[in-house]
Amino acid sequence: MNGGHMYWGFAALIGFGLLAPVAGIYPTFLMKCWCFALFACAFNLLLGYTGLLSFGHAAFLSVAAYVAGHTIRNLGFGPEWGILAGTLSAGVLGYVFGSLAIRRAGIYFAMITLALAQMLYFVWLQMKFTGGEDGLQGVPRGMLFGLIDLSDNTNLYYLVFAIFLAGFFLIHRVIHSPFGQVLQAIRENEPRAISLGYDVDRYKLVVFVLSAALSGLAGATKTLVFQLASLTDAHWHMSGEVVLMTLLGGLGTVFGPVVGAFVIIGLQNQLADKVGSWVQVIMGIIFVICVLVFRRGIVGELGRLLKRPL
Amino acid sequence: MKKKLMFVAVAAAFFGVAAMAPAQQAKLSGGVVKIGILTDLSGLYSDLSGQGSLVAARMAIDDFLKQEKNPFKVELVSADHQNKGDVASNKAREWFERDGVDMIGDLVTSSTALAVMPVAKEMNRVTIVNGAASTNITGKACTDLNVHYAYDTYALAIGTGRAVVKQGGDSWFFLTADYAFGHSLEKDTSDVVTAMGGKVLGSVRHPFPGTDFSSFLLKAQSSGAKVIGLANAGTDTTNSIKQAAEFGITPKQSLAGLLMFITDVHSLSLKTAGGMYLTEGFYWDFSDATRAWSKRFFDQHKRMPTMVQAGIYSSTMHYLKAVKAAGTDEAKAVVRKMKDTPVNDFFAQNGRIREDGRLLHDFYLLQVKRPAESKGPWDYYHVRQVIPAADAAIPAAKSECPLLKK
Repeated sequence: MNGGHMYWGFAALIGFGLLAPVAGIYPTFLMKCWCFALFACAFNLLLGYTGLLSFGHAAFLSVAAYVAGHTIRNLGFGPEWGILAGTLSAGVLGYVFGSLAIRRAGIYFAMITLALAQMLYFVWLQMKFTGGEDGLQGVPRGMLFGLIDLSDNTNLYYLVFAIFLAGFFLIHRVIHSPFGQVLQAIRENEPRAISLGYDVDRYKLVVFVLSAALSGLAGATKTLVFQLASLTDAHWHMSGEVVLMTLLGGLGTVFGPVVGAFVIIGLQNQLADKVGSWVQVIMGIIFVICVLVFRRGIVGELGRLLKRPL
Repeated sequence: MKKKLMFVAVAAAFFGVAAMAPAQQAKLSGGVVKIGILTDLSGLYSDLSGQGSLVAARMAIDDFLKQEKNPFKVELVSADHQNKGDVASNKAREWFERDGVDMIGDLVTSSTALAVMPVAKEMNRVTIVNGAASTNITGKACTDLNVHYAYDTYALAIGTGRAVVKQGGDSWFFLTADYAFGHSLEKDTSDVVTAMGGKVLGSVRHPFPGTDFSSFLLKAQSSGAKVIGLANAGTDTTNSIKQAAEFGITPKQSLAGLLMFITDVHSLSLKTAGGMYLTEGFYWDFSDATRAWSKRFFDQHKRMPTMVQAGIYSSTMHYLKAVKAAGTDEAKAVVRKMKDTPVNDFFAQNGRIREDGRLLHDFYLLQVKRPAESKGPWDYYHVRQVIPAADAAIPAAKSECPLLKK
């Protein structure tokens, strides 16, 4: 199954990532894309490979963003420790949310995650350290390991790309491990997985925590790039956006979420000056077209043409 | 020996003059002064800033080039920040790093202003905030390269609070949006009300954003307070005013808007908003100068200017003059020049930019006219009182900005 074409895909991805800033694409834009690509990949792990639709993933993005921002700015953590703290807090939150949410399936699962995420949104709005609706700004980028100056865009770019790749390959490993095969079995037929003797709830919880932590990694990295964390990260729009990225790119494909993230962020970036908040409407139309015309997403349809899973 | 020294001195003077000569031509990064207006072009606040801000900025640039006979090239770029801090900071970074923008103006919500200011500081560029209201902009988060021009919540809340008590509205009840912004607005205003000898009978907090204010308004009504202070903003304010009118609260008790604009009054109509008090930093129908400028603005935009849009014109003009006077567009030198030069135009008389970046200028306590009192479109306010600049800004001693603590 895991044929040579996959390696071509990886090579293309790494080549693009290494050369894009040299080729003159604006690095801050690319960094944003990589952060969201990681976020979408983490989400895809849950929806695409386990069949769990979480509608509250913004919660994990935001908790990590705020924790990373606060620890770096106010507690003087180095960037690597800030990112670690953010990722861990997202994992812990994922454990709490996951333990509650996996007791139900389908639409109820989605609603529970949405409700919990909305609760967290209002917590962020009221808390002192998040700065409420003003957000948390002025996070210093600092020195990585005390050695590499991250205020230099090129240095930061390659750090962000490295973080993305690490997350991406971790997800790839998980999917192709025996653990990942069980996840896919749960997605295809949960009662059968149970009857085969798998403790399904345990698997679900572990993958939920993993997905939450990786979303957190994306959120914490994003804080470092933009030097701020804001309520936008916690808003349910964000939870919706990541669903859109994943579906547009191709649900349950390895490269799909990456493509989806680049398309959505690219469109938002291009259109922001021209149409402003109409971006939301355009995103909605794209979503409708995607669902009606190419349900497998960009990469999914491409994979079907090539008769190979991508 | 003496001769030799003489020669050296003359030579030095000569080279000095030679080196100075090009400086008079204005040293500009990229050979052009580039102004970016980052604003809300499509959302909630596009009425009070938006396209009107762009019109005002364009007018300022054209007027400057005409008055000063094209001393250098000026370019204007614009983008929609969608009222999101991350979108704003992303765009600002791109403008600074890639497009060589020298100054960013407007910044409509506090989250966008507070997000862009540290980026500008890091890259040594100027920000001039007109749209946003938070006192944090010249408080904890102040930077030496930022100017907060048109207004802040302190000016509006304190201005309204103090003046309304003076007019006899000495018992208050607050309708407060339940988040940091609403809380601070309520606290600032109730402090001044009690200091002036008024009484605060109570307050009620509504969720943000809210749609149904009925139960909160009924509480305010039964409190029997003469004045209901609206410690909220945007659609929360307009909705609570509408519903107060529907419940028949307004003729008996008066409303005081703590953050409102002429465009809010315009969309509410005088029938609903008539009689209420508010404070603004600019009213088009105040003097001959404001009327003359506002008429020119109206001809282009088909709406009267808000204080934000008037502030954009005035601040952009002030900025460009400072660039010319400083002979460079380097941020520190320009902001220094802006702070050293008083502002005297239709927007501000003897306005002065304090070290923390706050422009000190007069504010106006306004009462919305009732429909019968209004002579035509946009004739909306009675100017009840001019609030002197010194009363409209946080006193330097109370400020949290380290720049004032030298």
